[in-house]
Amino acid sequence: MTGILSLITFSPLIGVAAILAIRLTGRTGEAANNAARWIAFVTTMVTFGLSLLMLANFDKATTQFQFVEDFAAFAGLHYRMGVDGISVLFVVLTAFLMPICIAASWKSIENRVGEYMIAFLMLEVLVIGVFTALDLILFYFFFEFGLVPMFLIIGIWGGKRRIYAAFKFFLYTLLGSVLMLAAILAMIGISGTSSIPELMTYKFDPMLQTWLWLAFFASFAVKMPMWPVHTWLPDAHVEAPTAGSVILAGILLKLGGYGFMRFSLPMFPQASEVWAPLVFALSVVAIIYTSLVAFRQTDIKKLIAYSSVAHMGFVTMGIFSGNTVGEQGALYQMISHGVISGALFLCVGVVYDRMHTREIAFYGGLTQRMPWYAAVFMLFTMGNVGLPGTSGFVGEIMTMTGTYQASTWTALLAATGVILSAVYALSLYRRVMFGELTNPALANITDLDWREVAIFIPLIVGTLYLGVYPASIFQFTDASVEALVGAYRAATGG
Amino acid sequence: MSHELLVTILVFAPLLGAAIAGLSGRRIGNIPSQAVTTGLLFLSCALSWTTFFGVAMGDWPDFTVKLLPFINVGDFQSAWSIRIDTLSSVMLIVVTSVSSLVHLYSWGYMSEDDSRPRFFAYLSLFTFAMLALVTAADFMQLFFGWEGVGLASYLLIGFWYKKPTASAAAIKAFVVNRVGDFGFALGIMTVFWMFGSIEFAEIFPQAQSWDGKTWAFLGYSLSALDLACFLLFIGAMGKSAQFFLHTWLPDAMEGPTPVSALIHAATMVTAGVYMVCLLSPMFEYAEGAKTIVTVVGAVTALFAATVGLAQNDIKRVIAYSTCSQLGYMFFAAGVGAYQAAMFHLFTHAFFKALLFLGAGSVIHGMHHEQDMRKMGGLWKYLPFTYAVMTIGTLAITGVGLPNLHLGFAGFYSKDAIIEASWAAGLHNPAAQFAFIISLLAAGLTSFYSWRLAFMTFHGTPKWKHDDHAHAAAQGHDDHASAAQLETHDEPLADAHADDDHGHGHDHKPHESPFPMLIPLGLLAIGAIAAGFAFAESFIGHHQEEFWNGSVFNAATNHILHEMHNAPTWVLWAPLVVTVTGFAIAWFVYILREGMGARLAAQEGPLWRFLYNKWFFDELYDFVFVRGAKLLGDLFWKGGDQKLIDGLGPDGVSKASMLVGKGTGRLQTGYVYHYAFVMLLGIAGLLTYALFQFRG
Repeated sequence: MTGILSLITFSPLIGVAAILAIRLTGRTGEAANNAARWIAFVTTMVTFGLSLLMLANFDKATTQFQFVEDFAAFAGLHYRMGVDGISVLFVVLTAFLMPICIAASWKSIENRVGEYMIAFLMLEVLVIGVFTALDLILFYFFFEFGLVPMFLIIGIWGGKRRIYAAFKFFLYTLLGSVLMLAAILAMIGISGTSSIPELMTYKFDPMLQTWLWLAFFASFAVKMPMWPVHTWLPDAHVEAPTAGSVILAGILLKLGGYGFMRFSLPMFPQASEVWAPLVFALSVVAIIYTSLVAFRQTDIKKLIAYSSVAHMGFVTMGIFSGNTVGEQGALYQMISHGVISGALFLCVGVVYDRMHTREIAFYGGLTQRMPWYAAVFMLFTMGNVGLPGTSGFVGEIMTMTGTYQASTWTALLAATGVILSAVYALSLYRRVMFGELTNPALANITDLDWREVAIFIPLIVGTLYLGVYPASIFQFTDASVEALVGAYRAATGG
Repeated sequence: MSHELLVTILVFAPLLGAAIAGLSGRRIGNIPSQAVTTGLLFLSCALSWTTFFGVAMGDWPDFTVKLLPFINVGDFQSAWSIRIDTLSSVMLIVVTSVSSLVHLYSWGYMSEDDSRPRFFAYLSLFTFAMLALVTAADFMQLFFGWEGVGLASYLLIGFWYKKPTASAAAIKAFVVNRVGDFGFALGIMTVFWMFGSIEFAEIFPQAQSWDGKTWAFLGYSLSALDLACFLLFIGAMGKSAQFFLHTWLPDAMEGPTPVSALIHAATMVTAGVYMVCLLSPMFEYAEGAKTIVTVVGAVTALFAATVGLAQNDIKRVIAYSTCSQLGYMFFAAGVGAYQAAMFHLFTHAFFKALLFLGAGSVIHGMHHEQDMRKMGGLWKYLPFTYAVMTIGTLAITGVGLPNLHLGFAGFYSKDAIIEASWAAGLHNPAAQFAFIISLLAAGLTSFYSWRLAFMTFHGTPKWKHDDHAHAAAQGHDDHASAAQLETHDEPLADAHADDDHGHGHDHKPHESPFPMLIPLGLLAIGAIAAGFAFAESFIGHHQEEFWNGSVFNAATNHILHEMHNAPTWVLWAPLVVTVTGFAIAWFVYILREGMGARLAAQEGPLWRFLYNKWFFDELYDFVFVRGAKLLGDLFWKGGDQKLIDGLGPDGVSKASMLVGKGTGRLQTGYVYHYAFVMLLGIAGLLTYALFQFRG
């Protein structure tokens, strides 16, 4: 199966080429738009199929990287690809969400459809590349360039304040990136290699670790995002088109968490242990603070965006718990949040497409006209609340349990998030769905159509499957997480 | 059929019904949806009784069916399972019996509602979650069932979603339960790191070895089992509406009455009691936690009974009564008489479901009137309801003759609790406190129960042929809004109050249809006989054989024997207070009819205190709801917008513009810079604190 990772990563480029080819023939108008949609959809489905093929061939027992590709390029640079239990699920998650995004944009994107689809396909290449790259420089390339398509998606197809949001998004990530680049160069200079597997066993001097850890932290904390560098996220979400939000919340937020597990923990274990209390503090602030802020929002999308920040607080806390339960929980929380938050943004998209507003106060009583939508939205609201039986629960309880061992205070404070999530999520649902339908503009609002149902079905199945049978997922991550925790404990003497 | 298959069908039949009615209810129609859910529930009920007679009374061994691994990470092992022993089989029969009768009852009660498939789907979904809860073999599935019943409760309280009070009550129930679950979750974490497992079968045998050991929590060194049990008990307090976390239960009466009977009286709210009994192997070595359970239970029993004295809504009176009876069950468990707690849970399910469904019959017959002040003299019009409600009242007040050992269901279980707390009180002040309260509350129970019966069925009719209309509710000073009073009414704006829903047009109260009367009759039989028939097994000399180790008593706990040695005055005291309560109620509401209303009208301070439920709602609203809003706004507008953005991206862009223009200074920024530094300082302090308390 060697080569399958490159195939998965770069297969969307075929779609890009096809869309450009149509463009070159000079065709425009609705026919060309439709062609672009179908090309993008088929391409992303093929990529998803390939990712499942990879998953089927994944060896669950080994802690080594698999499907490794390694060849020297020019000037000492290497092209290295590979996945292990920590990255493999992110590849599948990305490939899973992409066709959903394309389908969700089918009607809501009407201008520059070809460019839009190209942006998404490029985004897919770059994001999957982040998870499959095993070379530091290659990783950096994917990690940073992944922003560009997202930047364009917000800046071109976004809402009224898209320029402000894109600027803010850019400014925050820039700062972290510069520091991370410096750290990467220092690491390569000192260790003499840019191979991630080699760096994972390289022992950096503890003092140096601190600086490297902080530099990586700056970048990953912005991506998560962690408090107090989270304010770009609500704006970016509000201005982004629905599918952009799905990818932003579903995948891009996971880059930070993935980075912590791939770099900070294995490469700088002593520094990770030293700085864990900082991460814990910022995590519980994120959970409590942003949950309360979410409660007061008047814009549906902003509310969900803030709730994402709170959910990511559980992830960072779990990662730095340094035990298996916490790490597994963090990983699971990221996958689960990818599905649930994606679905919630699609739920917002459903009413936004019909009414072109996300003001909570505009709505109310939708259950009366949209019973199927009410059921779907309820399911994902419960997922967001972390109800057992949905995927949201597993990650929350496990990250808290893991953190309990490291710091009971952190676990206690984080557990208040369980109460607060119910407060904001249920009050949102109530304000939008319950009550009398009084706004005359809503009198003829229609329930989900077949396309929307088709989009939601995989997400519903995913949420419930991940909620009921997580054991089937943990078998993929077990070996790698055990190895990660084992190495971390050995290095920190825990 | 193998036992494993039997219990698997038993548990999943309601889920199947819920799925069919929920997903295709509108396609297949009302009657098929109702038939399929009710039919499957009766199947489940029959299998439950089979299991109960097999395991508890017969020769089936205890067993656990492992269905599917759930979470398996290191020691964190959980599996979807069905664990059957006497304790869980008692819960199986309680849950499925009441649930199937409530399904049947709803055929009549909900016959005018236009989303019946949804209602029946929710009822069945609830039953499935409850069955998952009681058959859990580890804490994860227990928590799944625990929150699953919470979801069903939320959905059913808010069933009439167009009514603002209903959806507010639904959220309140969910959130208050989440406060309990916050403790529950921390309890599970504590148990996990303490025992290295979340499976009951792994934990229970180890419990004794933790007796007297300590555990580091929040920087303190605490008694390990006391801490774990206390945290878990917080969960029980939420689910079972105990003092401090009780406020959601009365509001939950916004849901349709069958829901109140099933969820908020007979089954879900007793889950907390069940949990404490299930975890008796841990609680038995946690004296401190048991004391807390005893005190909280006793305080709740008294508190709720006092509030019940002054309520006018028929359902709310019964709701507070439930709350109070749950308090009894808790302090029974707290003094170590888990068997008595379970017995009261069992009998209470019958007579409380009976009282609620009877109240539903009254409400139905009164065309959706719930205010008892507008009733009176109904016995003539609802004779069957009157008869069964009277049986229910006799059962809840525990009427019976100690010398003959003969009485209604509540007599056996409640008196057992009173005797147990007396026996424990000989060497335990908390139990002594509970014993005194148990007698006081028994008197109050008798008063408010008979008050309800008299105001509703006796005296002069307060309803007139044109007076049941809801408009009347708006004039008086009741704090409850008009919407609250017409709770049962389908919240259709266009369904005018006088529209009478096809019952004929003379507006006279009327007896309910057969689907409602049959469950009432069956529950009445339970309220009469459940105590007599099962006392010997649950708490009598055969109790050890009956429970077969599913409820644990430590070697030092002899309460089940000691309670049988109670002196004569302890045996007769409950009857005396009960008769006193009855006599006062009879005097105030029959002999001097109108006296109660006059007393209330004076609005004395005590009356207002009780009527307003000790002002808990006002307090919580002020502290928590307003507090959360205030903090949310502060963090959002002050923290995010002014501080973080003001100094971050906005500040940077502004600064670069100012610098570009050569103006140089950033006067306006100073305040925010200070505040920003403060914010960072707080984060720094928190970090420091977490450095300190790494344990």
